[in-house]
Amino acid sequence: MAATTETLARPLPQVVARDVTRERGGWTSWVTTTDHKKIGIMYLVLTFVFFLLGGTEALMMRLQLSQANNTLLDPQTYNELFTMHGTTMIFLFVVPIMAGFGNYLVPLMIGARDMAFPKLNALSFWLLAAGGVVFYASIFFSPPECGWTCYAPLSSKDYLPSGGVDAWIYLIHLTGLSSLVGAVNFYATIANMRAPGMGWGRLPLFVWTILTYSVLLILALPVIAGAVTMLLTDRHFGTHFFEASAGGSPLLWQHLFWFFGHPEVYIMVLPGFGIISEVLPVFSRKPIFGYKAIAAATVVIAFLGLLVWAHHMFATPSPTFVLIFFMLGSFLIAVPTGVKMFNWIATMWRGTVEFRTALLFAAGFLGTFLIGGITGIFLAVFPVDWQLTDTYFVVAHLHYVLVGGAVFAIFAGIYYWFPKITGRMLSEGLGKVSFWLILIGFHVTFLIQHSLGLDGMPRRIYEYADVGHLELYNLISTIGSFILAAGILVTVVNVVRSVRVGVIAGPDPWKANTLEWFTTSPPPVNNFDVVPRVRSVEPMKDIRRQVERQTGHAAAPAPPAPESALQA
Amino acid sequence: MNRIPAALKPTRRNSRRVALATLAALGLLLAFAGAAFAGAIAPESGGSPNADQIASLYKLVLAVAVVVFLGVEGALFYSLFKFRARKGAVAAQIRGNTRLEIAWTLGAAVILVVLAVITFSKLGAIRNPPNSGPNGAQLADGVLVASGPSKRLPPNGRSLNIQVNGQQYIWRFTYPDGDTNDLNNAFSYQEMVVPVDTTVTLEIRAQDVAHSWWIPKLGGKFDAVPGYTNYTWFKIPGRLAGKVFTGQCAEMCGRNHANMTAQVRAVTPQAYEQFISRRKADIKAADAAAQIQRKRLESSGP
Repeated sequence: MAATTETLARPLPQVVARDVTRERGGWTSWVTTTDHKKIGIMYLVLTFVFFLLGGTEALMMRLQLSQANNTLLDPQTYNELFTMHGTTMIFLFVVPIMAGFGNYLVPLMIGARDMAFPKLNALSFWLLAAGGVVFYASIFFSPPECGWTCYAPLSSKDYLPSGGVDAWIYLIHLTGLSSLVGAVNFYATIANMRAPGMGWGRLPLFVWTILTYSVLLILALPVIAGAVTMLLTDRHFGTHFFEASAGGSPLLWQHLFWFFGHPEVYIMVLPGFGIISEVLPVFSRKPIFGYKAIAAATVVIAFLGLLVWAHHMFATPSPTFVLIFFMLGSFLIAVPTGVKMFNWIATMWRGTVEFRTALLFAAGFLGTFLIGGITGIFLAVFPVDWQLTDTYFVVAHLHYVLVGGAVFAIFAGIYYWFPKITGRMLSEGLGKVSFWLILIGFHVTFLIQHSLGLDGMPRRIYEYADVGHLELYNLISTIGSFILAAGILVTVVNVVRSVRVGVIAGPDPWKANTLEWFTTSPPPVNNFDVVPRVRSVEPMKDIRRQVERQTGHAAAPAPPAPESALQA
Repeated sequence: MNRIPAALKPTRRNSRRVALATLAALGLLLAFAGAAFAGAIAPESGGSPNADQIASLYKLVLAVAVVVFLGVEGALFYSLFKFRARKGAVAAQIRGNTRLEIAWTLGAAVILVVLAVITFSKLGAIRNPPNSGPNGAQLADGVLVASGPSKRLPPNGRSLNIQVNGQQYIWRFTYPDGDTNDLNNAFSYQEMVVPVDTTVTLEIRAQDVAHSWWIPKLGGKFDAVPGYTNYTWFKIPGRLAGKVFTGQCAEMCGRNHANMTAQVRAVTPQAYEQFISRRKADIKAADAAAQIQRKRLESSGP
């Protein structure tokens, strides 16, 4: 953690951080910290622990489904498991891990000292941790069993009187507040604390997606907060917002839930898109293709994402006009998403693609997420959706979108930024093993689930009769899930090992484009002693070029670039 | 740059061979899949025209999807293999190409317009019930209340209207008997019996939590939501008399959701008439027996 650098073999652009007091160690330094990097690391570690918990729940479900009429789990346990799994993965893993990356990286990428409101930032993290604790404490009592959607009236006191649903409501409130506070913080940071010269047209694409993520959170979260509060008062204080027999409406719950729930999908995948937009150009040694189009597509996806929620409700009693509106809206989203896809592929086109683990995960993202996008079109065609909705086809689709679109990107991000965060490289060998296990395991698990749905298997059933090919398909899926789990474990081993024995990374191991690589790895507590003037969307390329110009084309040792040259 | 292509020629030929082999394998896979089309890569159908129309709409979307899939994955794999880093290779510093980008934006939009047009062309046949066939059950005029914005009737206004009621964890079916009093109607649980070649309209309701009505071969899902009525229809062809179509609740409705099954038994119109009168007689007898039982209990009471 020493904030100085030794003389290096090559002229690497960096600034020596002087006179920095040594950071305090020990657990109190973590609990009391307001440093965005420490908070970021806590986010990443905590959310990954939840990822492993959610994954374990998934494996238990897959074990139960591996055979027809299996009696391994009873229906109550099974319902609790899929509720815990969905809720954990969405509220405690994908959304907050993106906040973790954002926390660690946004200030570094825009050349800032910290987030705009460091104490608020710490509050964000501790609210998230509290949400997780409250929710997981319910496993000692009675976990919720209404799915992550907790549809009324099943979630009402009449049908689920135990405290599980209340724990779930509490989790939504706590993690929601955490995200809201975090989103305001991100917005303020990105709007106000960019390095000199970093106009909106030079903002790294990952930061663009975090900005959009924040706006979506600010727009969507108050709606779910209101909805779960109404559910809470229905359950305990005698209101009837969602009770049909008393003039309320169960469909109101679905509308409110999905008004939040669909933007939530983009909240989860847009930062993933951002990670991909950072990783691909670096390992293709080419600028991103169509920077403006990708940034604009991000914003357009977010806007359209707010207008398509009822495509989750095509089978409900709704007028044809509504069905058509939401079908066409969902179609429209495919356009900016397709634009991004083409731009990413064009970024590699005529580049020199280096197959590092981060690039592999990014390529896995492209190939996998594409399938999720295409099956999304099937589901947007509402008459087709009538056959597919609430079956395993949807389970397959949503995992292709969320694992393909978010988890692959998260792993690309882990392999890409681990050297910056820890100062050490992850093992490429283990990384590649992990990648292939995850890729193969994922597709074996989920591709066949499309067929399960088409063969008539609804979601959220704890057992099925051995008709059609259901048992064979389910067994294949279960085998795949264990391959996938093995792949994830290899990365866990890789991380735990490399933190201690990984090769020292140096400030810029990838020769990357953005400012976080300008400082040491790991960065000192103040991030930068001097912040360079940003002249393009790839400031590190400019700086490297400038250093090479000034030092000659040298492989000889050279001092860090003088300040005057950097501040221009 | 110039000497590299020469050195790489064999590799390129190899990769082309690999690409061809992959295409052939995919073709074979599709051919095999064709045999087991329904239930593996297309939804089930065959019991009713709307299910058939949905399946054919699905296959059209699938055809477009396969083209898009092969095109984009092809471009992805081509870029990954063709442009992998080699000694001496230099990455072209291209930042974008506005014309190209506009072209693929429009391209994506055109594909979606095509899909929308296909969907609209099929929509009528999926949503609107046809008249019953000549061999169907003879239905009296005005069996039904008038159609509304979401309730659709065949052009001649006649359909066999069955009320479907979802409850934890069973489906109840109430059959029409021509009068407005539903309390004396024939009803059944779990198995619905319907005449073939007859347009059957369903009024789907729920009495506790939300459920979803789904018999895959007879069309899509329609949610049963408390406080609302949902509508759908099916018409089983005459040749399928004697067949049973199975399905199950598709909306998570509680612990026993997995066992909330339903089946529809298609019978000839004559058999349907017999079924209804037998049910009515059974229900009447059961009611009478219950009356006697109650009287006995009341008179022997304390």
